[in-house]
Parts: sequence; structure tokens; C-alpha cells
Amino acid sequence: MADPTRANLPRLSLHVPEPKFRPGDAVDFVGVEVPPAGSAPRPDTAASPRDFTELAYTMVRVLDEDNRAVGPWDPRLSADTLRRILRHMALLRAFDERMFRAQRQGKTSFYMKATGEEAVSVAAAHALDYEDMCFPSYRQQGLLIARDWSLVDMMNQIYSNKGDRLQGKQLPIMYSAKEAGFFSISGNLTTQYPQAVGWAMASAAKGDTRISAVWCGEGSTAEGDFHSALTFATVYRAPVIMNIVNNQWAISSFSGFAGAEATTFAARAVGYGIAGLRVDGNDALAVYAATQWAAERARTNQGPTLIEHFTYRAEGHSTSDDPTQYRSAGEPTAWPLGDPIRRLKDHLIALGEWDEERHAAQDRELAEQVKAAQKEAEKNGILGHGLHQPLDTLFDGVFEEMPWHLREQQAQMMAEEAASGRPWDRK
Amino acid sequence: MSEAMTDNDVQNDTAADIAADGDTTRMNMIQAINSALDVMMARDPDVIVMGEDVGYFGGVFRATAGLQAKFGKTRVFDTPITECGIIGVAVGMGAYGLRPVPEIQFADYIYPALDQLVSEAARLRYRSAGEFTSPITVRSPFGGGIFGGQTHSQSPEGIFTHVSGVKTVIPSTPYDAKGLLIAAIEDNDPVIFFEPKRIYNGPFDGYWDRPSQNWSKHPAGEVPTGYYRVDLGKAKVVRPGEALTILAYGTMVHVCTAVVAEAGVDAEIIDLRTLVPLDIETIEASVRKTGRCMIVHEATRTSGFGAELSALVQERCFYHLEAPIERVTGFDTPYPHSLEWAYFPGPVRIGEALKKIMKDA
Ligand SMILES: Cc1ncc(C[n+]2csc(CCOP(=O)(O)OP(=O)(O)O)c2C)c(N)n1
Ligand SMILES: [Mg+2]
Repeated sequence: MADPTRANLPRLSLHVPEPKFRPGDAVDFVGVEVPPAGSAPRPDTAASPRDFTELAYTMVRVLDEDNRAVGPWDPRLSADTLRRILRHMALLRAFDERMFRAQRQGKTSFYMKATGEEAVSVAAAHALDYEDMCFPSYRQQGLLIARDWSLVDMMNQIYSNKGDRLQGKQLPIMYSAKEAGFFSISGNLTTQYPQAVGWAMASAAKGDTRISAVWCGEGSTAEGDFHSALTFATVYRAPVIMNIVNNQWAISSFSGFAGAEATTFAARAVGYGIAGLRVDGNDALAVYAATQWAAERARTNQGPTLIEHFTYRAEGHSTSDDPTQYRSAGEPTAWPLGDPIRRLKDHLIALGEWDEERHAAQDRELAEQVKAAQKEAEKNGILGHGLHQPLDTLFDGVFEEMPWHLREQQAQMMAEEAASGRPWDRK
Repeated sequence: MSEAMTDNDVQNDTAADIAADGDTTRMNMIQAINSALDVMMARDPDVIVMGEDVGYFGGVFRATAGLQAKFGKTRVFDTPITECGIIGVAVGMGAYGLRPVPEIQFADYIYPALDQLVSEAARLRYRSAGEFTSPITVRSPFGGGIFGGQTHSQSPEGIFTHVSGVKTVIPSTPYDAKGLLIAAIEDNDPVIFFEPKRIYNGPFDGYWDRPSQNWSKHPAGEVPTGYYRVDLGKAKVVRPGEALTILAYGTMVHVCTAVVAEAGVDAEIIDLRTLVPLDIETIEASVRKTGRCMIVHEATRTSGFGAELSALVQERCFYHLEAPIERVTGFDTPYPHSLEWAYFPGPVRIGEALKKIMKDA
């Protein structure tokens, strides 16, 4: 294919990224730069994004090696607030454990955990107002938990059972909870990004006071929707907080396939003239502080902020995934930023506001709470065992009013049901 | 292609027919697709494979397993998660002279790539008067039956059959999957190659609550290990019959076969295999013979490919028809999760349509 008349010129070569470790490799994360806690400056929220571009390349960290909160980003939260954040993170983990197991027991078709990333959603929810609108990806169930949403309601959705407000229409964990300011989750990546910007633009256009926040994974930043969203956000100075959850992996593809070999994800902000922060995503105080700072910018018409949360997906992508096929089993434990729950717990202990016994007791209590919720939800049924939704709901919600062709098809389906002896209800 | 073994040489797909030309072995559809890619990459250094998770891991359905280790990272590589990027880059590589085989992880995620497929890949030959072409084959698992909810179950083939300049291919067996994929890769025009994921591991009779089957006992699970083609644009009569013609493709070929056997109707079942360009001769000959035509697909009904088939049969076989054409399809709703089996055009829906079309026979 190469042109023979140009034989004296240097040969091109194609670069294809490769992660540092594959199955069987010993892991050391010395290449991951972790700046000391407290070292990043905290600009005034009215400052121009071009005056603090370095924040897109360093890391906002609050909790230090001795479990103290240090530096200008320390949000100085009360012990009560810290304990509430800790409790929500632990509840999220307990919920994930239980629902993952429920899928393995055949009670539903699919589940996704957020293990290791609990601070990203929980601490952000605490820093936002309850009225602010969240546009999550599939891994921010922590927003619902931190907004004290009903666990039974979430489980009903996971089981597609009679209590499922979404009528069994959506894949498990693709929640929708308008009352909790939680937008309907899409299975198609990053579609929520421009939508969150649009919501924020509408709020601004109407002279409202509410802002929006949106999340996607680092892999998802490659989608065109991500870049469209940033363009709109900067052009209209939309009051939106755009979060990138950099958990290092997108199914089997490491972050290098989304551009991480060349720069940080927060640096995407720089080219758009948007405020960009790179944050220790396993440090609940840093996540809280960054969100609070970005919210203040949005509320004062300073425009959007892009926050990269540097974290690690400690478990498989979903119940359909086996990460030992493509990454070293040593990665999760070697991760240099530790575990977000343990770090906040140790901080509270260092403050003299918590202890191991209380923590263990809380874990037991939360496990019981989740178990009780599960029992309650299962009274409404589990997936595949019986017909939980009235059959004709299949046709509800295609349009506001059902056109003739759907009415005809609905009648056809009911006739099939009679002809079939309800095969799907026999189990 | 003159010395190549074509589908016509192996019309019955039996091991005995093929043995003379080379070894065969049992394969499921994933293995057959993997084998097609393997064979083509070995034959043609310009064939490259790319897509989300297809490299080291070998794809979420394992269709590209082992290829990166064998052919190297510059020929088999993971991509950023951007479907419009994947197809746009494939068009550019095709313009250079490569023969890319991009994978879209699920057909439900092909929509971000629509502009690159419709306005670019499909239009390049025409707008440049042949100066540039898009010899790309877009593989994508499609269809339902796996409790995948609305974003892992759709059948969007009708969107592509409506676009001038792309070919649309849907195999229903391991044997066809390999032969058709090889033919698609060799084709100099863009091909959408939809793989019915419900039948990756075995044929499906439409009864979700019966034990699942695998390909080991199906004649078309015996697949040549080497190179062969199943030419594009050729349908296959999978069951000859006199009473009516059933037009189907993908998973529905197997569901129809099971329903027809159970009903004891002497149906002629035609597996279209390629939707565009369509094998109209085989369809016409069959409908003229049987006088009845039933069209079955999983995709939603309105403006589905069945509508095109129905119009063609009506235009060309009107005076041979003894009953109105029947269309059996998915309902015009988004693909549901828990009510999947009420949605899916299974044995009951097909059976009712059979009774209706045979009423006055
Ligand atoms: C448009 C689209 N393309 C592909 C997929 C398949 N898919 C689901 S999750 C995923 C990986 C996403 O990784 P990342 O954005 O890093 O999020 P994480 O899972 O790590 O939270 C892919 C490729 C999809 N859901 N939607
Ligand atoms: Mg990720």
C-alpha cells in the first residue's frame, strides 16, 4: 500500500494504547501521580476559568495520609453531616451487595454496582440542593440513596415487579425518580449530557434558581454528545455541573482509549473555556467541596464547571462482566487512593467522632435495613416469576393518546393471551 | 472469485458436500463469525477489525476473541466509545484502501453513527462517481429474546434497508453467518451485518420456557474451517412446501420452522439472508407456486421491512394470490423488559396468522 516513490521518507506507525497491567501482572501504581492533600489552590468562584487552568491537571484532595482534612478545599462540615455522608455511602455498598446477589440468585436479569465510587455520587448529592436536577448515568444510584429515596421502590424497579413504577418497561437499575430530581436513566451512553445542559439553560431562561448536574464515565466522554454538551454549556454559560467519573475502565477498555494517555479528562474543559477541576474521587470531602464550589459558580451565573472524579471501578462492569479476563486481579487493592468509605470512616475516628464498634454496628444495621427492604419488595414479585404488570400496560406510554394501530395491536395481544393459555404466567 | 466455492456448490449445507473442498467442524454462530474474520484477515492484509472492547478482550460476545493476539494491535484494536467516530474512521480507512470491519457493540447503539452511515458510507461512491468507495462491513448483534430491555434488543434493519447505498445482511445459522460475512467483507460497498444474538448459541423455537438448544445438532452448525462464500443477494429455501410461502430472516426463521412443524402445514419457508439487494426471483417463484404469503419479522410493524416485502409481493404476484398477505411482527412499542414474551412475535402470533391465511385453503 505504501507509495514506493517515497521510500526514502521515514515510516509512519500507528499508536494503539495499552494498559500497564493485564491478567497475571503484578500491579504497582507508582505511575499514578497523587499530589499531596491540601496542595491545590481554591480560586474565588467569580474567577475566570482561564486563570486557574492548572486545576484541570492537578488533583483537589482534602483528606491526608493521617486522615485529617487539610487545605483550602476543606469544606469544614459538621460531624453530623460527615456521619450522614458515611452512612449513605455504607448503605449504597450494602444495597449493591444485596442486589448483586439477587441477580446471581436468578431474581432479576441484570445489576451494576458502584463499589469504590460511592463518594462520587453520595458526597455530590449532599453538596447539591434537593431541588437541583440530576442527570445520572447507570452508576449513580448513590444520588437516590443520599436523597433518602425508598430502597423498596428501587428494588421494585430492579425486579420489574408489581410495585415497579416504571411498569417493568426498563432494564433493572435504569431508574427514574422525578420527585427526587433524578432524570430517567438511558442505556445509551452520554445522551444525558446535552439534556442536562438544556435543563440548566431552561432554568436560566426562566429566571429560576435551580441548577442541574450530570454524570458520565470517562469512556463515555468519547461520545459526540459529550462534546456537544460542552459547546452549548460554554456558549450559554449554562448553570450546570458536568461530572466525569474516571474509574479507569470502560468495560474492558482502559481510560487510554478515551484519551487519558495524552491528558486529563478535566482538561477537556480548558479548550472550551469552561472551569475544570480534577478531584480525588475517593475523598468524600474533596468531592463535596468541588461540587459546592461548582454549584456556587452556577448559582451566581458564572457558568458551567467540569469535574473529573479520579476513582477506580473496584468490581466488574456489571453482572454480565468478568474483569479477570482483561485486567490484573491486583488492581483494586493496589489502587493508591484507597477506599472512599474507609477513608471517611478513618477521618471521623481521627476527629474522635466515630469508632470501629459503631461502624461495625452501623454496617449490621444497614445490612438488616436492606434485607428488610428486599423482603418487602419481593412481596411484589421477582422477575420472570409470574406476570407482574397487567399485559395491556405494554402499550401505555408510547404516546399520550393511543392511536388506532396501537389499539388494534393491543387487542391482538389480548387475543393471543387467551389463545396461549398465558404461557408467560405459568411458572 | 471464479475458483471460490460459492453457496451454490453447497446448496444443502451438508458435511459431505463440503468435505471434498476442505475440513469442517462444529461451530456456534459466534465461532463461525470469528472464523470468518480470521480467514479474511489471513487472506487480505487490508482487512482490519475495530470496535468497543473487541481487541484484547475479544468483544462482549467474544466474536473477535484471539484475533488481536494473532494479527496484532494495528489490525485488531479497541476504539473510543463513539459510534459516529467508529464509522467515520472506518470510512476514512476505506478511502485509504483498507477493508475495515467495525463492530457496533449492540445494534441499539448504532444511532449515533447514523450520519456517517447514511450521509457518508452510503453516498460516497455515488457522489464521487466511484472515485471513493466505502468497502466496510459493520457487524452488530441485534434482536431480542435475552431480557435485554429496550437498549439491548432492537431490530433496526428497516432503518437501513430504507437507505440507498447500503446492503443489509442477516444470517440465521453458523454456516450462513460465516459465508455471508466473508462475502460482505469482500463486497466493495458498505454492508450492515446484523447478527441475531438470541441464536448465537443455538436455534430458538420461540418457546422461551423450554430448554435452550445449541448448534451441535443442527446441520448448519457444521462449518468449513477455511474460506467459502455465501453470496449476498441470494435467499435460501429452508423448507420447501406448497401450501404457503413464509418470508423470514434471522431468529424468526427458526421460530417459523418450529411453528410450521407443530401445525403440520406444508409451508415453504424462505430465509431471505440478504434484505438489500433482495432475492426477488426466489420470492416470486415461491408465491406464484403457493398463492399465499406470510411475512415474519421481530422488528416493529409500521414501515418495517415487511411493509416493503408485502408491497413487492402484491405488485408482482397479485394475480396469483389467494389470500391477503399476512404480516407478523413485533408490536409498535419500544422493546419492553418484563413483558418481553408478550411483545415477541412467537408461536402464538405466528400460529394465529397461519390459521387466518389458510382459512379458505
Ligand atoms: C451509545 C452506547 N454505546 C455503547 C454502549 C455499551 N456500553 C455500555 S457501558 C459501556 C462502557 C462505559 O464506560 P464508562 O463511560 O467509563 O462508564 P463506567 O461503566 O466505567 O461507569 C459501554 C461501551 C452503550 N450503552 N451506549
Ligand atoms: Mg469508566
